[in-house]
Amino acid sequence: MNKGPVTLSILLVCAIATLILSPLFGMEFIPFHATGQEYEILMGIRLPRVLCAFAAGSMLALSGMAFQALFRNPLATPFTLGVSSGAALGAALFIRFGISFVLLGISGTSIAAFIGALLSILLVYGLTKLKGGFSTPTLLLSGIAISFFFSSLILFIQYISGLSHSFRIVHWMMGTLSTADYTNLFNLLPFLGIGGLLLLFLHREMNLFMVGEDLAISRGVNTRLVKKLIFLAASLMVGGVVAICGPIGFIGMMSPHICRLLVGADHRYLTPATFLFGGMFLTLCDTFTRVFSHWSGGAELPVGVLTALLGGPFFILLLLNRKGGLDL
Amino acid sequence: MSNSFIQIESLSIRFSGNEILKGISLDIDEGEYVSIIGPNGAGKTTLIKCMAGIYSHWEGSIQIDGQAVPTLGSRTLAKLQSYVPQAEGRTNPLTVEEFVATGRYPHLSAFTSMRKEDYEAVNTALDRAGLLALRKRAIATLSGGERQMAFIAAALAQDTRILLLDEPSTFLDYRHQTNISSILKSACRDSGITVIAVHHDINTAAASSDRIHAIKDGQIVFSGTAAETTDIQTLEKIYDTKFISAPLPGRALPLVFTGDAS
Repeated sequence: MNKGPVTLSILLVCAIATLILSPLFGMEFIPFHATGQEYEILMGIRLPRVLCAFAAGSMLALSGMAFQALFRNPLATPFTLGVSSGAALGAALFIRFGISFVLLGISGTSIAAFIGALLSILLVYGLTKLKGGFSTPTLLLSGIAISFFFSSLILFIQYISGLSHSFRIVHWMMGTLSTADYTNLFNLLPFLGIGGLLLLFLHREMNLFMVGEDLAISRGVNTRLVKKLIFLAASLMVGGVVAICGPIGFIGMMSPHICRLLVGADHRYLTPATFLFGGMFLTLCDTFTRVFSHWSGGAELPVGVLTALLGGPFFILLLLNRKGGLDL
Repeated sequence: MSNSFIQIESLSIRFSGNEILKGISLDIDEGEYVSIIGPNGAGKTTLIKCMAGIYSHWEGSIQIDGQAVPTLGSRTLAKLQSYVPQAEGRTNPLTVEEFVATGRYPHLSAFTSMRKEDYEAVNTALDRAGLLALRKRAIATLSGGERQMAFIAAALAQDTRILLLDEPSTFLDYRHQTNISSILKSACRDSGITVIAVHHDINTAAASSDRIHAIKDGQIVFSGTAAETTDIQTLEKIYDTKFISAPLPGRALPLVFTGDAS
């Protein structure tokens, strides 16, 4: 019996339970049968926030999974490759110079973040390819270089911005879900839908990329097209999330890695598992920050801080456990 | 025009200005076991990768069964020929079974899942490679020999008329070398698959090949039967080093070694 379907079903049950129970927790506990103002908080504030957290977590985790397959490296994530910074730069540029517009219900900021993400993926891929191969040092160094460069550009934009623009940009850099509402949710869902479906269909191709590009070609994968589709899916999802919640780090690294241990490396199961786990993970982290504000007197810990606190040690653990070339 | 199954004509390829293959022409008949030998850096791997469709910026022509390779779609080409890369020690986190199933890729579309015949092809390939007991193991946990078996099984599962192999038995222990030779020979003799293999070891090449081509500095410098290849003068010209040969009782072909007769 394959452990994939069984583990997936368990993950699905856990994810649904998380979605149902998380809205109840926050600064104060609100039971299901709440009425009046409490009901308003439950349905109007906490529920959209929980749904946003789940969507954002799924998107970050899925894009991390796609990067790891494409670069054949477990340390390849939107954060480490500088793609999150690229998306944040796109968003920041848009806030500073752009005129806010809405295209088919999608805010201009999201589109700008998507373009920023796409450009930085192409940059990091081109750089590592130029150096021949996706070795961990090349990949991480390119990612760090891109990340630093874009972050300083964001700081520069902040420097030349007025106070209100500057404040909004700071919000992006923190990685928070505290203002997530239904509008935000509807801005996330199309990105998740398109990106997630693309990756779901590309499960065999991602398996073959993980095995090696030469072998993928010899098995008949149209690698040029598939690479473009994976870039598109990943930048849609990173851009979509960063525009709403800022660059929340490490979800994209931890979730696929843990899921690989749970369901195996076959993307047929890994993709849905990563979707469920990433969503659940960020939802739980965000719920924790809400509950935590009960003791901190109302000041909420940005969820990005919490994921980074968990992710840093995890990253070091992966580095220490590396065998040889740190292949996937 | 002759009507060979695989026809390569004046194939040339450059990498950053250096011409690695310089006008290779080869004819290969269907069902032949062909070995490519030659010194390091001669272009053997490059030739195999051009044939496998991994490199596409070459000049000249490669035709399979009368069709020019660049005009064939990637899936069509992959249904015609499979490829086993040089063992480079890189692993992947898939299980043996999942990995062998990647060989079914060209036979499946994005919207279909594995059919009964696909599972059968995977099972047959696992069986032929002697991997049935290891099917749930991760590729990363296998020995070098077992891993090479898995790569060959995946190529067999691809169910193609041509098998391209890049040094299939280099660095393996004797048992795995023997197993691989017998799998390849049986694929060729019993199933009529055309086998084209780069071989590092002349005795291995001579033992199984119908025809051997030697490449040196990007050009074919010799083509002949196994008996013609094991000639000392021929080998010395190909490899620029001294060879000695020793006859084997009861065998037509001698064994060849590098070194002086002294």
